[in-house]
Amino acid sequence: MAAERPIRLRTEFLSAYFNGNTAVRHVTLGFPVNSVTAIIGPSGCGKSTYLRCLNRMHELSEGAAISGRVLLDEHDIYAPEVNPVELRRRVGMVFQRPTPFPTMSIFDNVAAGLRVNGGQKRRDVAALVERALQRAGLWDEVQDRLQKSALALSGGQQQRLCVARAIAPEPEVLLLDEPTASLDPAGTVRIEDLVQDLSQEFTVVIVTHNLQQAARVSEYTAFFYLGELIEYGLTEEMFTNPNDPRTDAYITGRFG
Amino acid sequence: MPGQFRRRLVSRIMTAATVLAAVLAVVPLLLIFGDLVAKGVSSVNWDFFVNSPAAPGEPGGGVANAIVGTLIIVGLGALAGLPVGIGAGIYLAEYGTNRFSWIVRFVADVLNGTPSIVVGIFAWTWMVKPMGHFSALAGGVALALLMIPMVTRTTEEMVRLVPHSLTEAALALGYSRWRTSLGIAVRTAWPGIMTGALVAVARIAGETAPLLFTALGNLNFRLDILQPMQTLSLQIYVYATGPFEEWHRLAWGAALVLMALVLVFGLAARYATRARFSHGR
Amino acid sequence: MASLPGPERATSLSGRNTGDRVYRGALTLLALTLPAALIAILGGLLWNAWPSVRTFGLEFLFRSTWDPVAEVYGAAPMILGTVISSLLALLIAVPLALGVAIFLTEFSPGWLRKPVASLVELLAAIPSVVYGLWGVFVLIPLLRSHVVPPLRAALGWLPFFEGVFYGNSMLAAGIILSIMILPYISSVSREVLLAVPPAQREAALALGATRWEAVWSAVLPYGHLGIIGAVVLGLGRALGETMAVTMLIGNRHEISASLLQPGYTMAAAIANEFAEATTQLHLAALFEIGLVLFGVTVTVNAAARLLVWRVARGSAVGSRAL
Repeated sequence: MAAERPIRLRTEFLSAYFNGNTAVRHVTLGFPVNSVTAIIGPSGCGKSTYLRCLNRMHELSEGAAISGRVLLDEHDIYAPEVNPVELRRRVGMVFQRPTPFPTMSIFDNVAAGLRVNGGQKRRDVAALVERALQRAGLWDEVQDRLQKSALALSGGQQQRLCVARAIAPEPEVLLLDEPTASLDPAGTVRIEDLVQDLSQEFTVVIVTHNLQQAARVSEYTAFFYLGELIEYGLTEEMFTNPNDPRTDAYITGRFG
Repeated sequence: MPGQFRRRLVSRIMTAATVLAAVLAVVPLLLIFGDLVAKGVSSVNWDFFVNSPAAPGEPGGGVANAIVGTLIIVGLGALAGLPVGIGAGIYLAEYGTNRFSWIVRFVADVLNGTPSIVVGIFAWTWMVKPMGHFSALAGGVALALLMIPMVTRTTEEMVRLVPHSLTEAALALGYSRWRTSLGIAVRTAWPGIMTGALVAVARIAGETAPLLFTALGNLNFRLDILQPMQTLSLQIYVYATGPFEEWHRLAWGAALVLMALVLVFGLAARYATRARFSHGR
Repeated sequence: MASLPGPERATSLSGRNTGDRVYRGALTLLALTLPAALIAILGGLLWNAWPSVRTFGLEFLFRSTWDPVAEVYGAAPMILGTVISSLLALLIAVPLALGVAIFLTEFSPGWLRKPVASLVELLAAIPSVVYGLWGVFVLIPLLRSHVVPPLRAALGWLPFFEGVFYGNSMLAAGIILSIMILPYISSVSREVLLAVPPAQREAALALGATRWEAVWSAVLPYGHLGIIGAVVLGLGRALGETMAVTMLIGNRHEISASLLQPGYTMAAAIANEFAEATTQLHLAALFEIGLVLFGVTVTVNAAARLLVWRVARGSAVGSRAL
């Protein structure tokens, strides 16, 4: 199963700490190229913290530390010569709440990541912005108001804008941290459809507390509990026939 | 029951007393503004704006030199004070957890409470004395030092108000720290920073004490910032304390113009579009 | 769409963030300006005041002679005048400011809150020299014709109201100062009162207290530290206020118990004599006055900060006054 496909990103015995408290313990897990992996588990299980270790956002928090290794295309991203700023251009992220930059237009929001990369010509930027918006399924809704403020968009549109912004620089990996947590059902459906489309081109890791969502969008699922990886496998198998009793208890709704 | 009645009566009386306090607090404001208009408006005419003062005791003359001088010295103060204050404020907001920041913050509060006359002494010691003469530049330095602590604290406050989620989103997009700070945090907070800057400018525009022995004042129209220069505030002081009826009239006119100038900056600050954040925090 | 140029995919992970270092370094330098300025102020004051400190010692603070001809200087009248005028200002301003703050937070109808608060805070926007002008030409004549005569008739037997009233006086300076510091005290007190949890007054009201009793027994005690801080902050303002006081207090180097007599303050002495001081010792004496004034205001402001820190969190108090 998982091992048969090339792995884009993986962690080896990854542990994450806050002020000496362990939030994630010894997680070894790989994310295959062009797949969607869902990370599920009750709140406080360390799934978001784990995700934030994958693009080195975790270390920005006060008192944060990690041990173990994270390998992107077999390169240790925590090696001393690695610049986290460069890394984050290759591992994009979308957050729980939409975070459009309020001072920028819709166009500038999507172009933001392209411009810091440098080396893009003006015309190229316009073309790349259009492509990112199209891939995020937002182009038709915003093409005639690209210079308007991004704040005028609905919550769901704002979140798709954030997806467009994250994929515009063509990262290899896309991390989604509960991307539908603040959206209404209609917005949620759009994002879920989008996530599946995106797996054609990106390695997607999505953290969610919504089991149905994990079942709908992901190919693989990892179940976290109390900071540890309890079970990992094909989504279909895990939801129909979990190995671990704790997984079984969680997906049948007995806790969480 | 009489006890009950007494308690209710006391409550009524004290409530009325607070109403009275509010009225008494507003009365001086209305009186001062009323007098400024009543006594000042008759002096304010075309000559008043285009002429410099006449010889002492003679009728006529205006405050053209003082208006231009005020703008120049306040401009110098803002030119020197705003970059420093805004920069220091950004520093405190972005890196403000270490011991040095604690010191800077404390010093800003100390400087904020320092009497402006002491700031005047500072500018005299380090500008006027080494240069050997009074100058508009020294006055500008004094005003800059007055506005730096104010601008530092408001800038820090405004940058801190920018939601953490925004700077995080920028970092996750591959923004470096400085780009995130300037391009996202400061840019988002910019309207608020400008509001703080305009409030500070409004404050220094009316200052007199720090200019007494720096800019000194000048009865003639001068544009050389290395020479003594007149401001509206200095002119009001000299005219109000002088012996001539004509001077008193001009002092009221100058005061009306100065008050209008301060209010214009103040209103600009109020209506400078405030930073708006769509995100709940 | 296939022919679209792809972005240059970042393939390396390495690279240095020199921009970050430059940015932080530049900001640190700008922040460093503040402590440097404080040291420059203090250093300048100490250095230039030294001849006076060495010549007169501690006696400078207690002597009341100020004689530029004989080169004997003592700051007692200015120090005392500063304290008296400031205390007089507090005596008038504190009850008014507290009344305003309580009215605005507890009793005012909603629609009246903002206009009244703005008008009171507008007092802080008036330049000091304009207060002085108004004091000279409006307040003093008003005191002479309507306030002082009845005051003397009623309380003339007290030493505080003795002597002939010429106009420029401790009383005039104290009144103008009270108007000037009122907005600072009231706006900080208001913030303090607004920070009192509603449960405090609701609990008192639920026990059958009248509205005033709820304020007096629950709200004010809860915010008392912050209110004291607001008052101390007002004191700090009053101690260092220069122009209006210089124009109204009469500038006389004498100690008098009567509020109707002229006096002097430290700030006024510097304002009046600094540019005209001819001898080195005269200038040094003025610097020493500046040093004392600076020391006193720093102490008072630091105390106020500590008291209101939790509520106002060290924000630039009064900057909202405009």
